[in-house]
Amino acid sequence: MNAPFSKRAAGVNLSRRDVVVGSALVGGALLVGCSPADLMSAGSKVEVGAFGPFIKIAPDGLVTVISKHIEFGQGNHAGLAAIVAEELDADWTRVVVEQAPANAKLYANSTAGAQLTGGSSAISNSWTQLRTAGAATRTMFVQAAAAKWGVPAGEITVKDSVLSHKSGKTAGFGDLVAEAARIAPPASPVLKDPKTFTLIGTDRVRRKDSVAKSTGTARFTQDVQLPDMLIAMVAHPPRFGATVSRFEVAEALKVPGVVEVFEVPSGVAVVASSTYAARMGREALTVEWNEDKAEKRGSAAIAAAFRDIVAGKGPADLKWEGFDSKGDAAAINAAKAGPKVLEATYEFPYLAHATMEPMNCVAAVDGNKVKLTFGSQGQTLDQLNVAKIVGTLPGAVEIETLFAGGSFGRRANFPSDYVAECVHIAKKIGKGRPVKLVWTREDDMRAGYFRPLVIHGVRVSLDKDGYPAAWRHRIVSQSIMKDSPIGGKGPDQTAIEGAAGSPYLKAIPVVDAQVAFPDVGVPVLWWRSVGATHTAFVMEHTIDQLALKAGKDPVEYRRALYRKAGADRHLAALDLAVEKAGPKATDGWSRGVAVHESFGSVVAQVAEVKLVDGVPKVGRVVTAIDCGVAISPDQIAAQMEGGTCYGLSAALFGEITLTDGAVDQGNFDGYRVLRMNEAPSVETHIVPSGNPPSGVGEPGTPVIAAAVANAVLAATSKATQRLPFAGQTA
Amino acid sequence: MTATLDVNGKAISVQADPATPLLWVLRDELGLTGTKFGCGMAQCGACTVHIDGQPVRSCVTPIEGLSGVKITTIEGLGGSHPLQQAWVKHDVPQCGYCQSGQIMSAAALIAQNKAPSDDEIDEAMSGNICRCGTYQRIRAAIKDAAAGKLDLAQAAGVAALEETAEEMAASAGATSRGAGR
Repeated sequence: MNAPFSKRAAGVNLSRRDVVVGSALVGGALLVGCSPADLMSAGSKVEVGAFGPFIKIAPDGLVTVISKHIEFGQGNHAGLAAIVAEELDADWTRVVVEQAPANAKLYANSTAGAQLTGGSSAISNSWTQLRTAGAATRTMFVQAAAAKWGVPAGEITVKDSVLSHKSGKTAGFGDLVAEAARIAPPASPVLKDPKTFTLIGTDRVRRKDSVAKSTGTARFTQDVQLPDMLIAMVAHPPRFGATVSRFEVAEALKVPGVVEVFEVPSGVAVVASSTYAARMGREALTVEWNEDKAEKRGSAAIAAAFRDIVAGKGPADLKWEGFDSKGDAAAINAAKAGPKVLEATYEFPYLAHATMEPMNCVAAVDGNKVKLTFGSQGQTLDQLNVAKIVGTLPGAVEIETLFAGGSFGRRANFPSDYVAECVHIAKKIGKGRPVKLVWTREDDMRAGYFRPLVIHGVRVSLDKDGYPAAWRHRIVSQSIMKDSPIGGKGPDQTAIEGAAGSPYLKAIPVVDAQVAFPDVGVPVLWWRSVGATHTAFVMEHTIDQLALKAGKDPVEYRRALYRKAGADRHLAALDLAVEKAGPKATDGWSRGVAVHESFGSVVAQVAEVKLVDGVPKVGRVVTAIDCGVAISPDQIAAQMEGGTCYGLSAALFGEITLTDGAVDQGNFDGYRVLRMNEAPSVETHIVPSGNPPSGVGEPGTPVIAAAVANAVLAATSKATQRLPFAGQTA
Repeated sequence: MTATLDVNGKAISVQADPATPLLWVLRDELGLTGTKFGCGMAQCGACTVHIDGQPVRSCVTPIEGLSGVKITTIEGLGGSHPLQQAWVKHDVPQCGYCQSGQIMSAAALIAQNKAPSDDEIDEAMSGNICRCGTYQRIRAAIKDAAAGKLDLAQAAGVAALEETAEEMAASAGATSRGAGR
């Protein structure tokens, strides 16, 4: 029996990166000459009402839940609102969501110490906070009614925003809001027993933004139009690390509508009165670049260098860092190749996030005051970076966070790349005049911050029963955390999470696992599900190859290892997916299974696959997820559907390549993504759980590639050692 | 040049270079920002509008030659089109950025075909990318809307749609705000 709401307190299962981001901000505060306390308290001005920073109630009874997290598709606004509405006993149809301003003191991610949406933590880090806020507000209304009616508070019930007493007295939230606002909020309100939830876990918890997003009225950064606003585009260097050498502005300035052309740290900015004029102006611009310090290696050369490192032929000064290792490593390395030993090398390419809305930002700088209007994923980080550029305090940087047309991690990075670029331009323009920075698809795809190129080398020997006796694992990747203001202890978890902590490694007596982080001048970043994008594939596809070698059924093989590792949640998710998939694959399709835990949630998938012209086509995908208490079953399903498509898109087609350091792809013609005719049909089943909620936005992404590879293995006995599948031409 | 365009049933004159893509005239000049910029080369479908009922990619359609045709944008669907009701019923959108284009492509399909098959939906919709992967809900919503099966639509959702539709009608004048600038 799980201990509800104790051991796995909200957010404990977060990837370490979120904690590190928070720490990084504290470290970074020193750079702008203010203490961490100043930084965190210096949010832009926020009027906090009687019901606290998360709840507003209008005289007509409308409940507004204030979300400290950005909504960019993951459905968190619905979930956050439902947590409040449940404890408040509010009428769900009369609950709306508003985006919080930037203020780390009020709106920090509880696990990061900074306002940040990431690590699939929006719901988990808000769970107790918003339940408490909802329950406190409910208590205030009950006490107000008790005083007004002269009845004991314990005799008052609340349902759908209406308070009632057995005497027949009733009042809506709107009727009592003035009185309730005068009651002192209780310090520790009593939370509901989850067994009595009436909203959470039901299909009534639906998105609050579907109407706006189905009518073209939802407001994205791209849609911001302000009086006197200018549009900027920037000519970027063709290679990472290059800088402006010289540029000719005459032709660009001749384009009607172009206002100004000047250099910024990231390139040459063309500022115009319209998007079209900015684009034409940039096309007329001539820039020469200094490439002395640019990264000039192609991706094939980088991959070859990484393969050498995996094979032990890397530079002598490159450090290996261990994880999860135990037992006699020498024994593994001594094991001779043979039927009882599996050796495999896996290669994963750079990936672009390729959000539908290319990166963009609106900034206005007036002296030491800054107003940003855009889809900010890491408000505190953005405030800090912008404050450094403008020479002001982070609290003087006001941020209005809008919907973003996807992010998948891209909108939060340590230097706030596109935000900083926009602010440099707006600072030059000055006088508080708003500037919208527009990136084209090509700007976005070639700007880097890719999922790193990663190589894994695995060597596993089997015991007499066919189970792994010793597991040697090498990972070579650029480090995402390396450019952060601080480095954590031990290896960068974002490269090893999922291999590190794997239940398989727990079940094996001898493990020799190490990671190395060579330097490459290509900016890299987390990409939906981060380390799991490659570790899940390596662990899960290796397991199926081992099962094949051992002549065992891959599902039974996993079950045995999970039992040995005490991985009950993996076992339950696997069992549910297998049960719901039924005993037999659809005629003509082969099946593959994969299971992976990320962001505190375990996802198991059974994928049905057939090869069409050598490329897998994926039909039915049966998914089981254990994500703790399921707040919105429908939105959990939506994230499993979407996460699967995102992972499958990368598995089938996703690959950014570089030729002599320049990115080859610029648009969707070169960077192919999943389309309607290639999309699978995903069924989602939720493992019942009393644990607090864990991640949902990312855990659906990393499993599908391995499930597909395992289905291909089952059909052809051929292992997949490189993604994407479409790039497998021998 | 001065071009006169018929956008959502209104005659609007705009001052713009004849090579300007319709997308940027709609967005920057007319303030019709429901139509989105995604790729600029007819790869993603986010900018889909109707010209005389046919879906076209406005990012590669210069305004030159558009006089005398009827242009319809997502704002011109009115707000409570059967597809918009079906989108709300199925909670199709995630980030939502591609959905105007998805709905416009689907609207052109179901105007011609009341019972599209999966293959016909694939054919009509595969030019529209959704990075959030809402494809299976789009498919379900198209089938419901085409068949008129909207009885399950959430009461609240439909009420909100009607409210939005009324607001859109009331602010119709605003859609020509930038005209003649």
